Amino acid sequence: MSKYYLNYLDELESEAIFVLREVWAQFENPVILFSGGKDSILVTHLAKKAFYPAKIPFPLMHVDTGHNFPETIQFRDDIIKELGAQLIVGSVQESIDEGRVAEEKGKNATRNALQITTLLDAIEANKIDCAIGGGRRDEEKARAKERFFSHRDDFGQWDPKNQRPELWNIFNGKHFEGEHFRAFPISNWTEMDVWNYIKRENISIPSLYFAHEREVVWRQDSWIPNSEFLVLEDHEEVVTKKIRFRTLGDITITGGVESDADTLEKIAAEVAGMRNTERGNRSDDKRSESAMEDRKRQGYF
Amino acid sequence: MLDNNQLLRFTTAGSVDDGKSTLIGRLLYDSKSIFEDQLEAIENTSKRKGHEGVDLALFTDGLRDEREQGITIDVAYRYFTTPKRKFIIADTPGHIQYTRNMVTGASTANVATILIDARHGVIEQTKRHAFIASLLQIPHIIVCVNKMDLVDFSEEVFNNIVSEFEEVSSKMLVKDIRFIPMSALLGDNVVNKSENMPWYQGAPMLHTLETMHISSDINKVDARFPVQTVIRPQREGFIDYRGYAGRVASGILRKGDEVTVMPSGFTSKVKSINFHDKELEEAYAPMSVSITLEDDIDISRGDMIVRSNNKPEPSQDIEVMLCWLNNSAAKPRAKYTIKHTSNDQKAMIKEVVYKYDINTLERNSEDNDLAMNDIAKVKIRTTKPLMIDAYRENRTTGSIILVDDATNETVAAGMIV
Repeated sequence: MSKYYLNYLDELESEAIFVLREVWAQFENPVILFSGGKDSILVTHLAKKAFYPAKIPFPLMHVDTGHNFPETIQFRDDIIKELGAQLIVGSVQESIDEGRVAEEKGKNATRNALQITTLLDAIEANKIDCAIGGGRRDEEKARAKERFFSHRDDFGQWDPKNQRPELWNIFNGKHFEGEHFRAFPISNWTEMDVWNYIKRENISIPSLYFAHEREVVWRQDSWIPNSEFLVLEDHEEVVTKKIRFRTLGDITITGGVESDADTLEKIAAEVAGMRNTERGNRSDDKRSESAMEDRKRQGYF
Repeated sequence: MLDNNQLLRFTTAGSVDDGKSTLIGRLLYDSKSIFEDQLEAIENTSKRKGHEGVDLALFTDGLRDEREQGITIDVAYRYFTTPKRKFIIADTPGHIQYTRNMVTGASTANVATILIDARHGVIEQTKRHAFIASLLQIPHIIVCVNKMDLVDFSEEVFNNIVSEFEEVSSKMLVKDIRFIPMSALLGDNVVNKSENMPWYQGAPMLHTLETMHISSDINKVDARFPVQTVIRPQREGFIDYRGYAGRVASGILRKGDEVTVMPSGFTSKVKSINFHDKELEEAYAPMSVSITLEDDIDISRGDMIVRSNNKPEPSQDIEVMLCWLNNSAAKPRAKYTIKHTSNDQKAMIKEVVYKYDINTLERNSEDNDLAMNDIAKVKIRTTKPLMIDAYRENRTTGSIILVDDATNETVAAGMIV
């Protein structure tokens, strides 16, 4: 009987598929939050497997900050076409134009926090009762406390001290009108697990994850890509480096690392040897010790 | 990491005083699972707080309130990997007021680690932790006798604690207990073998976790397949496809097996087992698959497909060990939603048979109130039959939760007796 066990990747995969099917069964109108980053691509891939031979039975939703890598948008449009899925876009630019939010000021200004309003508006406008995200508990200390099914009140807020206990594999998605849930099928995956699985399944990901030459600026201990949105300080210098990105966020805040890893095998090997966390290159998390918790409480991803 | 490496989930119950956070910090640090930027952040905080050296306990601080108060409030999950296994730690607070969080963390664990301060031996909290581990039927327990450096690494102290603990655990249903003398602070017997305790012949904690046999933790005998949803593609090439999607809760299902659909009782044969675009010969727990049957039967979410020669007991009157998880106490004869596998029904608590005093572990049949953190044996009546197994035989089909329809909160967790 000893052969009847799953290896760790198969067990994680099976768990994630179970969660995705629970979302579909327990909610009226779920969406996958799709950023074009590897974690949301992974969730989409798992959803494809979960409902095969049917198509993914819910739309993908992208919160577009307007500060994108062009490669990310291209990738998003390609995958939508391939899956035959519906795409919902929430636009931060529209939120700004409508006066719902105001741009941050200063050289490190980003649209990161502005996404919260756009996201919550899109959830409300589309009557979404569950937004499936690619959040993982190993990413950050506030995320370590997340449930698979995570409740949001009618203001979209997370109350980390008053979460529903989650036992065994019984998920409670019951909610009142106006409230919604966030579901995190890959909660138990680590960055290494994600790369090992992407490699095993040969999942296609944006070229930004592979080492490539790019114009960059050294800022806050990482290589920030040069773009039309970047305001240079006097002492800063644009140089060309061979880099790759470990995570993808806005082009204004996503720092790259110098790397020669241009295949999935090389990336997995590089990640295995990394001595810094992936979010170490995200300036949105460097603002304070509880930066992520504060944003999550308000309704962030 | 090898392709056939397994995943092991373990829970740590204890308080800061037992050195629980230090132990987890030590496991992560010595197994090189901590990144430099994390270490740097901890070093800075340690310095700011005036601690000498790096305070490993800081690794496990999560929410802002927890950092401010220096305690763990909620279950936090941590991850590390060695060349032999992937580990998930459910780090739970040990104090009595957080019993519900201990129960939550324990519900999915293969292994419970229980910390004992070598200076204090077995105390009430130790008994409570052991009781919860046995109640939740965690297959393996590792008793970490910590702070051995403060008792001169004495073998006699260790042996006395082992006897004390065995006396307590002999009254409980525990299958596999191991004892490890250690000093999490100094790193003795956590990852590296202790040079200070040559009298201890066993393995350090990490090696124990890496090598213990966990394949038999899941029930491989009773085939149970709760249906989560029905997949009907309605697209070319799959017009007649009707797949029952779910995760095998226990046992093994094979193509051609004679199966019964509960509760309707209709019988059929397994026509195919699918996973994505692959067809499988068999599926076993905990695999997520889709199953098609030879016959067209009305099946929906909440139904259970089982082998015809081994069926669970359909029951409307069930006895459970219930742990109350909510701030508002149970209301007499109130109705709740009961969730059991993929099945939701209404239920009423008919009777509290007895309640445990969580510190003395004595049964009390006089007190019928169920408040936060209470553990009691109760009788529940459901509106329709549930397809149940005893929890000690099946953690998936033997467990339930209760949801209060007025608040939608999960108010209780139960193990079917």
